[in-house]
Amino acid sequence: MNDTLRKILAPLLFIIGILAFWEWIVWYKQLPDFRMASPSDLIPRYVRFWDLFLIKSWETLWRTVAGLGLAVIFGTLIGMVMGFSRFAREGLYPILVGFNAIPKATVVPIVALMFVGQHDFNTVLIAFMISFFPIAVSVSIGLSTLEPEYRDILRSLGASNFTIFWKIALPKTLPEFFGALKVAVTLAFIGTNLMEIVSPHGRGLGDLFDSGRISADYPLMFAVLFALAALGIVLFYVVVFLERIFAGWAERNPG
Amino acid sequence: MSANMIELRDVTHAYRTKAGPLPVLDGLSMEIPENSFCAVVGPSGCGKSTLTRLVSGLMRPNEGEVWLHGQRVTSPRPTVGMAFQNPVLLEWRTILQNVLLPMEIVKSPMSKAQATERAHHLLDLVGLTGFAEKRPSELSGGMRQRASLCRSIIHKPDVLILDEPFGALDAFTREDLWCTMHDLRAEEPFTCLLITHDLRESVFLADQVVVMSGRPAHAQYVMQVDLPGKRSLDDLYSPKAVEMLATLRHQIQVAQGRTVDETAEAKP
Repeated sequence: MNDTLRKILAPLLFIIGILAFWEWIVWYKQLPDFRMASPSDLIPRYVRFWDLFLIKSWETLWRTVAGLGLAVIFGTLIGMVMGFSRFAREGLYPILVGFNAIPKATVVPIVALMFVGQHDFNTVLIAFMISFFPIAVSVSIGLSTLEPEYRDILRSLGASNFTIFWKIALPKTLPEFFGALKVAVTLAFIGTNLMEIVSPHGRGLGDLFDSGRISADYPLMFAVLFALAALGIVLFYVVVFLERIFAGWAERNPG
Repeated sequence: MSANMIELRDVTHAYRTKAGPLPVLDGLSMEIPENSFCAVVGPSGCGKSTLTRLVSGLMRPNEGEVWLHGQRVTSPRPTVGMAFQNPVLLEWRTILQNVLLPMEIVKSPMSKAQATERAHHLLDLVGLTGFAEKRPSELSGGMRQRASLCRSIIHKPDVLILDEPFGALDAFTREDLWCTMHDLRAEEPFTCLLITHDLRESVFLADQVVVMSGRPAHAQYVMQVDLPGKRSLDDLYSPKAVEMLATLRHQIQVAQGRTVDETAEAKP
C-alpha cells in the first residue's frame, strides 16, 4: 500500500471501527443517553451548537497554547540552568518534583482566589504550571548528559561556552525537547480544562461541558469530550510537524 | 624558539577524587620535533588521555610546562586539531557541514569557498567521495572516523592530536585508515601526537614511540622508529619491525609490573 495513503487510511479505519462498536454496544444494551450517549446522539448537538463549539474551542485553544508557550520558555530556562550548573540542579530538583506532585485540581481554587476575576490569566497559569515540568527535566537531562567529547571538539579550538551551547548543546537537546513537548501539549490541555471546569467562569469548552451537566444534556457532555480530543490531536500533530522540521535528523529511516 | 613542536617539561598532574588526589602523571617529559609523528603507548589508565588534554590546552598541569611551537600552552589554541575514539559527528549536519565545523570557530585566511573546496578534497583523500551531503547516521563506523579525521585537519592545524581514533574499528578498516594517515601527511605535513593501545599501529605510523610507565606515569622508554621510505603494511612483518614490536611489548610489560611494585614502595 502507498505510504501516505496508509498514514491517512489507517487511523480513519480505526476511528470508524471504534465509533461503530460504540454505537453498537449502546444499541445492543439499550443504554439510555444519560448512561451513555451514542455517537449518533452527538451529531444533533454539533449541528445545534456549532457556533458555541467554535467560540469555546477557540477560547480553550488559545489559552492552552499561551500556557504552553510560557512553559516552553520558562521550562527551557530552568532546564538550561539545571543542565549547566550542578549546584542549581541539586538544589532545584526536589523543589520541582514536589511542585509537580501537587495535584493541580487543588491549585485551581487557590489560583482562582489569588487572581480573582482574571479568568484568562488564571487559566493560562494553570496550563503553564501543569506542563513546564517535563520540558525543564528533559532539557536539563539533555544538557547535562552531553558527552564531554562533543564539548571538547569545539573547546579545543577556543570556542566560547555560548558557541558550544548554540552549535552543539542546543541542537543536540532538540529531540528530547520535542519528546517532552508532546507530553506537555496534552498536559497543558488538561490544565486549561481543569480551570474551566473546577472554577467555572463562562469560558472555554469546559464551560460548555458544565452547561451540559447543569441542563442534564448528557450527549452534549460527550460531544464536548470529542471536541477536546479533536483539539488535542490537532495540537499534538502541530508539535510533530515542528519536530520534523527542527529535529527531523534524529528520525532514522527504517531498514 | 624551540626546534620541537611539542615539548613537555617535567609535567606532573593529579586528579582530585573523593578518596584524595589521584596522581596521574609524574615528571613526564617529551619532545616531538616539528612535522614528526609521535605515538604514545602504555598500560590502560596510565594518563594517556590526560596527556592529550594537557597538550591541547583543555587542562593545565599542576606542575611542569607544556610548550607548543615555542609558546607555553595555557589555554586551547586554534592551531590544534583533535580526533577521538568516538568520532562525535553532529547528527543534524551533513558530512560536509561537519567537516567544516572548525571553520566556524577558527579565524582562517581561507574563504568559505576555499574551505569547502578543501573539505571536498580531504573527503576524496580519505575515500569519502560522494558522501558530502549524507548524514552521519547513514555512514558506517569507519566512514565516520574518516570524516572526523577530515574535520580535525580542515583548518590546517600544525598539531594534530589523536586519542585512539582507530581503537573501535575492525582490523581491516583500521589498517586502511593507517594508510590514509600516511597519505594525509604526505599531502601536507603536520606534527602528530597519537595515543594508542595498538603496538603495530604505533610502529607503522610513528617516527617515535613513547612508552609510558604505569600510573603515575613518566616516559619510561622512547624508541625511534627507523623504517625509511614509504611504509607499507608488509613492513610490519620485516625482521626489524618484529624486533621493535617485541621491544615495545617487553616495555609495556615492565610498565604494567611497575604499577604494582611502586605503589607497594610508595607507602612505607
